[in-house]
Amino acid sequence: MPKATKKEKPIEELTYEEALAELEEIVASLEEGQGQLEETIRMFERGQALAARCSDLLEAAQLKVQQVAGDELTGFEEESE
Amino acid sequence: MQPSLFSTPLTFTVSKLTFHIRKLLEENETLQDVWVQGEVSNLSRPASGHLYFTLKDAGASLRCVMWKTSAMRQNLSLRDGMEVEVHGRVGVYEPQGQYQLYADQIRPLGEGALFQEFLRLKAMLEAEGLFAAERKRPIPEFPKRIGIITSSTGAALRDMLNTLRRRQPLVEVLLAPSPVQGVEAPPALVNALRLLNAHSPDVIIIARGGGSIEDLWAFNDERLIRAVAASQAPVISGVGHETDFTLCDFAADLRAPTPTAAAELASPTTLEDLRFEIVSYRSRLSEAALSLIADRKTALASLTAQLDFLSPQRRILSETQRLDELSRRLLSSLFHRIELQSARMQGLKRRLEALSPLAVLARGYAVVMGKEDGAILSRVAQALPGRQIQVRVADGQFNAEIIR
Repeated sequence: MPKATKKEKPIEELTYEEALAELEEIVASLEEGQGQLEETIRMFERGQALAARCSDLLEAAQLKVQQVAGDELTGFEEESE
Repeated sequence: MQPSLFSTPLTFTVSKLTFHIRKLLEENETLQDVWVQGEVSNLSRPASGHLYFTLKDAGASLRCVMWKTSAMRQNLSLRDGMEVEVHGRVGVYEPQGQYQLYADQIRPLGEGALFQEFLRLKAMLEAEGLFAAERKRPIPEFPKRIGIITSSTGAALRDMLNTLRRRQPLVEVLLAPSPVQGVEAPPALVNALRLLNAHSPDVIIIARGGGSIEDLWAFNDERLIRAVAASQAPVISGVGHETDFTLCDFAADLRAPTPTAAAELASPTTLEDLRFEIVSYRSRLSEAALSLIADRKTALASLTAQLDFLSPQRRILSETQRLDELSRRLLSSLFHRIELQSARMQGLKRRLEALSPLAVLARGYAVVMGKEDGAILSRVAQALPGRQIQVRVADGQFNAEIIR
C-alpha cells in the first residue's frame, strides 16, 4: 500500500480540501479491504480524525471577502446593516 | 373609398355615417396596431378604474382611453406632462362622434428607441455567435473563488454576500466594485472583468439590482457584451428583476433572474451538502472498518476449524486410552503378584506356627525362666529355693518362687 508510506501532514494543518481528499482515499482503500490489520486500524483512526477536521472547518467557516485593487487584493469592509 | 357610396344622392343618418367612419378606421391595419408618442394631459382616473387622457404634441391632440384591465397591468404611474409612448388601436366613440386611441400599453419615451437599439445589437451579436449555446461553459460544482462585479454600495452586493454566507461560507469572494449605470459604467465593468480574471476566479458574477431600462442600459453595451463573452472565467449575470433581460444575460454562461439567484447559482454545493458528505464518509469509514474486522474474524474462524480438524487431539485421546489400558493391566498384574506373595506368606506363617514352642506349651508344658536374667531353667541345679521365676504357659505367664 504506497499511501501508507506517504508522508502525512499533521491533521490540524490540513485545509478542508486536503483533509477531504485524504479522507476519500482512506475510505476507498478501506473499502477495498486490503492491508495489514494494524495498518487498517491506523487508517481508520486517521480517517475519523480527518472527518472531524472537515466538520470543524465547516462549522468555523467564515465568508472571506476581498476587494480587487489592480493586482492587489485588499480587505473589504461591509457596510453594517 | 368606394365610389358607389355616393353614386346615388342618398341621405345618411348620423349613426350610419359614424358607423361607416368607424368601419373605415377599424379596417386600417396600421391604425389598429400603432405606437403614438406624446405628452400626457387631462389625465382622469374615475372610480370605474378606466384611464382617460389626452396625448398631445405641438400640433395636435389625441383622446385616449385605457380600460381597467389594461390599466391595472401598467407598472408606470402616469402623470400629466409625462412624455410617453402609447400603444393601441384607433377607434370611434360614436355617441360623441370622436375618434380616439384605445390604449393597451404605455411606456416612457425613449424606451422604444432603446428597444430598437437593443434589438439591433442583439441581432448583430447573435449573428456573430456570441450568444451561441455551445459557447456556454458549465458553472463549477463547487467554486472556491467567486468574483463579484457590482456596485459596492447597492443592496445587490449585500444580498449576494448574505446568500453566499448562508449557503457556502467556505468560498473566497473577490469583489471588483464598479458603477453599474451611466456612461462610465460600461468601461468600468469591462475593466472590472479584466481585473478579476487576472486573479483566476472559478466563476464571476456580474450583477445589479432592479431599475428602469435606462438604468440597466449599461448591461446592453457592446463593449461589455464582448468582454463577458471573452471572459476566461465563466460568468453568471444577475441583472435587474426576473422580467428584465439584458444582452449581458445572453452573453453570460448562465443567466440568473436576480443578484440573489446569481449568488445561489454560483454556490451549487452548499455547506449543508458538505456536512452531508462528511457524515456519509464517516459512516462508510465505520462500515469499512467493521467489515474488515468481521472478514478477518471469519477467516480466523475458518482457519481455526481447519486446524481443529487436523489437530493431533484425536490421536492423543486414543493414546490416552491405550495408556489407561496399560496402566490397568499393570495394576492388575501387580495385585496378582501381591496375592501370590501373600498366599505364600500365609503358608510360611502356618509352618512357622507348627514349629513354634508355644504349640508344646498348649499341650500342657511350661517354660520356666529366671525372673532377673530370663535364663531358662532346664536343670534342677538351677532351681535354688527362694529364686524368683517366671513361668510361661500356653495362654500367658505368671511369676513364682521356688520354695525348696
